[in-house]
This record gives sequence, C-alpha cells and structure tokens, in this order.
Amino acid sequence: MDTTGNLILPPSGSTYAPQVDALLTFLTYMSLFFIVVIFGAIIYFVIRYRRRGAEPEYHRAPAHNTALEIVWTIIPLILVLFLFVWGFRVYMRMNVVPKDALEIQVTAQKWFWSFTYPDGATSVNELVVPVGRPIKLLLSSRDVIHSFYVPDFRIKRDTLPNRYGITWFEATQVGEHDLFCAEYCGSKHSAMIGKVRVVSDREYREWLETSATAGEGLPPEEFGERLYTSRGCINCHSLDGTPGNGPSMLGVFGSRVQLTDGTSVIADENYVRESILEPQAKIVAGYQPIMPTYQTILRDEEVNALIAYLKTLSEQTTTGE
Amino acid sequence: MSTMEGQSASKYAEPNYLSATRGLKSWLLTLDHKRIGLLYLISTTVAFVIGGIFALLIRLELLQPGGQFMTSDQYNQVFTLHGAVMIFLFIIPATPAILGNFFLPMQIGAKDVAFPRLNLASWYVYMFGALFALYSMHTGAADTGWTFYTPYSTETTTSVISMTLGVLILGFSSIFTGLNFIVTVHKLRAPGMTWFKTPLFVWAIYATAIIQVLATPVLAITLVLLMLERAFGIGIFDPKMGGDPVLFQHFFWFYSHPAVYIMILPAMGIISEVIPVFAHRRIFGYKAIAYSSLAIAFISFLVWGHHMFVSGQSELAAAMFSLLTFLVAIPSGIKVFNWTATMYKGSLTFEPPMLYALSFLFLFAIGGLTGVFLGVLAVDVHVHDTYFVVAHFHYVMVGGSVMGFLAGLHYWWPKMFGRMYSLFWATVALVVIFIGFNLTFFPQFILGVRGMPRRYFDYLPKYEDLNVLSSLGGFLLLIGFGMVIVYLVLSLARGRAAGANPWGAATLEWSVGSPPPPNNFEQTPEVRHGPYDFDVVKPKRTYP
Repeated sequence: MDTTGNLILPPSGSTYAPQVDALLTFLTYMSLFFIVVIFGAIIYFVIRYRRRGAEPEYHRAPAHNTALEIVWTIIPLILVLFLFVWGFRVYMRMNVVPKDALEIQVTAQKWFWSFTYPDGATSVNELVVPVGRPIKLLLSSRDVIHSFYVPDFRIKRDTLPNRYGITWFEATQVGEHDLFCAEYCGSKHSAMIGKVRVVSDREYREWLETSATAGEGLPPEEFGERLYTSRGCINCHSLDGTPGNGPSMLGVFGSRVQLTDGTSVIADENYVRESILEPQAKIVAGYQPIMPTYQTILRDEEVNALIAYLKTLSEQTTTGE
Repeated sequence: MSTMEGQSASKYAEPNYLSATRGLKSWLLTLDHKRIGLLYLISTTVAFVIGGIFALLIRLELLQPGGQFMTSDQYNQVFTLHGAVMIFLFIIPATPAILGNFFLPMQIGAKDVAFPRLNLASWYVYMFGALFALYSMHTGAADTGWTFYTPYSTETTTSVISMTLGVLILGFSSIFTGLNFIVTVHKLRAPGMTWFKTPLFVWAIYATAIIQVLATPVLAITLVLLMLERAFGIGIFDPKMGGDPVLFQHFFWFYSHPAVYIMILPAMGIISEVIPVFAHRRIFGYKAIAYSSLAIAFISFLVWGHHMFVSGQSELAAAMFSLLTFLVAIPSGIKVFNWTATMYKGSLTFEPPMLYALSFLFLFAIGGLTGVFLGVLAVDVHVHDTYFVVAHFHYVMVGGSVMGFLAGLHYWWPKMFGRMYSLFWATVALVVIFIGFNLTFFPQFILGVRGMPRRYFDYLPKYEDLNVLSSLGGFLLLIGFGMVIVYLVLSLARGRAAGANPWGAATLEWSVGSPPPPNNFEQTPEVRHGPYDFDVVKPKRTYP
C-alpha cells in the first residue's frame, strides 16, 4: 500500500500508482531541498548582514556574478528537463492501454456514473472490476464535462459530451476505492461520487451473472427501492417531501401534477414511465428541464420495479392521513 | 536627483496633489495619474472586501461535511463570485492600476502617463464592468466557476451573460491601462534614463502591459462567442449545436494563463524595488531580473495547454506544453535567486515592506515549486482539479501577488499620503496574515494529494480535520487583513509626517516631497545614476 513511506499520500491501488508516488516523493524532497537552501541563505544573510549601527551603511556589494548566474540557471534547467522526461514516461504508461484490457464504458451525466460491461451488464455509481487485470475505460458524457477520478489509482480523465476519453488502470488488490467527479458540473457536483469495487476474478464473474438477473426472486417494490438508490434517483428526488433538483416522490404516484405549460396530468404508470425514459416531455411546474434520460440505463423490468416502489410511497401517505 | 536635499526633509509637503484642487468633481474628472491611482485603490479595496466575504462564506460552509447554512447552488455561486471578483476586480487591476499608475510615471521622471484621458476612461470602464459583474448577483449570480467552462456555462440558468459581459468590459479597462503604460515607458522617460537605468518595477509593469494588450483581446473574443452561443444559439462550443467544448478551454487558457503573469509580474517588480532599498545595496543581477520579466511574458503565451492534461488533448501536445511549462519556471527561479543574493553583504533593516517582501519570497517559492509538481505530466493527472491546485494558486496569487502588493502599498504609502502608518501594528498584522495564510492553504496541499476535488460543496468525513484547520486559518486572515485596513486608514489622520524619503531609496519618486506635487517634478529630472546605486547617492532617511 504505502510503499514510499510518504505519510501524505492516499493508499496506492493501481499498478502505476507507485510510479506516480515515486515522482511525487522525489518532488517533495526536491522542494524541501530548495526551500532549505534558499531560506538557509536568507536566514543567514538576515542575521549576518543585519544593520549594526543606527544608520545603515552603504557597502559596495557585487552587482552580479556571471559564473554564479549561469550555474543557478543551468542546474534548475537540467533538473526540470529530467523531471519532464520522467513525468512524460510515466504519463505514457498511464495512457497506452495494454492490448488484453477488459473494456468498460463509463457514462457520466448529472449527477451519476453508469458503467456498461462487455456482456451488457450495467451498474450505477459502482464500478466492479476484477483484480490484476488491465481495465480499459471508454469515457463519455451525456451532458456537460465531468471527470472520472479515483485518487487511490492516481487516475483522472475528463468525460466529454462529443468524444471519447480513453484511459486504463489495473487494480492491484481486492478492496473498495472512492470515485469522484473532478470537473465542476453544477448543483450536485460534490454528490457525484461512487465506488470502485475491486474483486477477485471469480467474484467478478459471479457479479456479472447476478447483475444480469438482478431483481429475480425479489418483490418488485423491494427491487425498485434498491434501484431508487443504486441508480441515483434519490440524488434529486427526495423521499420525505423536500424539493431537490427535482420534485420529491413522496405521494406523487396517483396525484395530479401541475406542469410548466399550465396543464396538469395524473401521475399514473404511463406518466412515470415517460418521465423516466423521456424526461423532457412533461416538466413539473417550478422545476428545470435538467433530468437526463434513462433510456439505455434501465431495463424494462427495472422501470416496472421503480413504478411499483413509487406506488408504495403514495400508499404510505394515504394511510398516514 | 539632488533635489532631495532642497525639500524640507521630514514635513508634510505642500502644495501636493491631494490638496491642489478640492471637491468631488476634481476627483471624478481628474487627469492626474496619482489621483486615478487612488480612485483605483478605493474601488479595488471594495472589491477585495467583497471577494473576501465570499471566501469566508466558503470556509464557513466547509467547516464541517454536509450542508451548513447554504444550499449547494448557493455555494456554487459563492465560489464563482469569490474567484471572479478576486481575479477580475482585484488582483488583475490592483498593482498595475494603483501602484503602477501612481509610480510608473514618477519612477521614469514623467509628469503623467502618455494618455491621461485614456487613463481616466479606464477607471470608468472598470467601474462600469464591475457594476455589470456584481449586478449578476442580483439576477442570480453565475454558478460556472470563474473559468466559465462550456457546455455547462451554455446550459446553466444563472446570469452568465451579465457576469461575462462584466468581465469583457473589465478587459477593456485592462487593455487601456496596458497600452498607456507601454507608450509611457517608450516615450516619456526622463533624459538620461536609458533602459538599463529604468527601475525594475517599470520593467515588470512594462512586461505585464505587453501581456495585457496581447492576451486580453482573446478573452474578449472568447466571451463574445460564449454570449452569442447562449443568447442566439450559435454553436461554437456546445456539442448539441455542433460546437466543441474543449475549444473553449483552449481559448480561455490562451488568455488566462498569461493572465496569471499579469497578476504576478507586477508583484515581482515591487519585490525588486523593496529588497535593495532595505538591504541598502544595489540589486544583484539587474539585467537578469529585467530580462526574466520579458522571458516570462513571452513564454507565458505558450503554456496554456497545461490546464488540459486530462481533457483528452493528444499526448504530443501534452508533452510540448509540459516542457514549455518547465521552461517558464526558470526565469521565476532566477528572480528568487537574485533577490536572495541581493541580501548578501547588505545592511538589512526590517520595516514592514521588507517583512512583506521576505514573506513573499517564502510563499512564492512554495507556490512556484508546487507549480513544478503540476507541470510533471503524470503527477498532474492525479492532482489536477483537486485542492492541490487550489493551494498552489493561492500560494502564488495571495502569497505572491497579494503579499507583493502589500509590500508595495506599505513601501509607497508614506509617499502617497505623506504620513507613516504604525510600524508596530503593521508588523503584528503581517505575522497574523503569514500564520493565517499558511494555516489556510498548506492543509489544502495535503487534501489535494489525498484526492479531495475542488469546487466541492460537501466532502467525505476523511477530509474533515484538514478542512477545519483551513477554515481556522481563514478567520486569522480576516483578522490580519482587517487590521491592515484599520491602521492604514488611521494613519491618514494620525500618522506622523514621513518626509520625502522615509526609507532612503534612490529612485526618482523619492526625490520630491510627500505627498508629491501635482505635476510630480518642478523641472524634468536628469538621471545620472542607476536606480539602486545607493553607494553613490548615499540617500538620507527622512523617517523617523
């Protein structure tokens, strides 16, 4: 984990993290060296050449020294060229994807991450990867620019709406790591966080299978409740009646909803389905048309399960009254 | 330059530019570069206070994880306003438009700048732009960050147009000032003042002016394109309309990286004045410092891509920008070495301007060295867009530019107003600011290396301790800066007369009374020695 003895760095979880850390450690000591040299000199001069008498004396002091000036230009120049080459080599390792890498698509949108695996399985805000295998990420965004950042892997890549970003990593041990959005993307930027779960190869295959059949054997309401959190609905639609970026879902199902165009609709199954898959079609009065479509993110059974769950939220309020 | 002895050495000089004419109109229609400098001093100080209040709100909100007293949307507006106000309304104009306006003509022995009316116009344009930018607070302040990245800035419902229009107008003010200084330096130097007898502050302001004139139009064009896109749906940057968001980043940083040097070069100029004066010896490596200002101005145009190492530009482009970024570090390093060497065999005294200059050296060295971290490609991937970057640019912008500005303000204050502030309270405030600054921003380096992204309204509990430290430092900074404003204002009424040359400096502005006469010099001065030839001039201090 912490291979460099540096107390500041986060745990290192990818194959190239130690290489980045070595650079960081070198830079830290180099900076300390320069600070000590420069401030050693300044402090020495401050003490040695402080004014002694009441009036300052005007000495004739050297106005320049060509040899010294060449030395203190050339040495830092050599040093930064060395750093440039070192940093570039590690950067290339971080950018050239190994041929046998497993490809996962990363889609960013306000304000969650979704991942599509080679066999079509998907997950939201949790990237599950096998340990010890290079993972190629094909990143894109559905709206504004976001940035995929896993500090423990020392990896960061912007996701753009009009082109793919490509990067890769190989996790070195089983465990969980924080995933952040690093490019400012609005209201819930700081809530656009997830996890990278590194599992063994066997667990990864098992996870793929269960995720393909997720929800089987669960009552739809319970499956819907899980999806409500795992697919990020809860980020904008609260469950307790407080309005967020979108209306709260408490008691919405079956009620009459006022729209921005002045009309109103009853929130029935078809309305909810349309609002999930085509969110711009009908906008609730008082809210912005900012919800992304879930067209390719949710399967039919999952939409059904969410509707079933929303029904339970309306039952609770009626029984409560 | 021998006029120094002619003046009554330690009295409040009359007539001076403050008392020559009276009434509000004499200020609002003044063509005197010194008065225009004071107009800028008042308006940018107001901007600094407003920007500082936003900074405090940020640190209060981040005192604990989770929302404290604002919503995430309000927080996003607050950090945008903090950045935009501090950068466009305070740091960019502060040193050139206050101290440059006041002292650049005096240091070269001129009666005024080359275009006094353009100079006054620049202040009105500044005020007009500032009102636009601040008006946006009323209509729902922009929440884009000061960088206005597309497509977010095209889509958000907040007043992006009002803010960007404000910044566009402010840009013209900056161009006017820069143009004025370039012509002034070329045409109005006193007889005998060759390029290499010109004070280093003038060199620095001159290099800054070149950047202002060449880079700012690119920002103006970029912001016009952004406004066209928002207002009329002309697709330039938004991919939905066929545009390219990364193009915006290229355009934006083509201005905004050189702009960083608009902010730091003038401060470097001040340090080059202050250190030799308080070391009482000539500056070490005059030519190296002068040329390095020009080198910085030139290379600063070629490094913008280092803001985009993770945006998906080609590896070749990234490599070129990384290499050029390292090259721009060299002239800055040379300056630090020269300033240090200037103390060798001096006779050092430690009044507040010198203490600010020493603080500048320390903080700017840290800011510069952490800039080297960011230039290293593989390291930048990890710390880009984290608190490491926030800490780095505050070390450069506050530790460098603001400390440099304060060094200059404390150095020239007795010349500007003829009165001395309390040296004791100035020293106390400096210590508070120095501790507060490091407490605020040093923990942010660690936060960044540990992965906390910037512009986060909320953070994971593991980042709490360092955020608490940082917020505590913020309150110390409030106290420190508050003290500065109080003792400086009090000095106007109560300060002792400073005399013509309180620090024993050898540049021309100190050869006339304090405050200076309306036309600066009774006769055009003739320059026979260099600006730092103390051993030849042997200037006498007029204070205490």
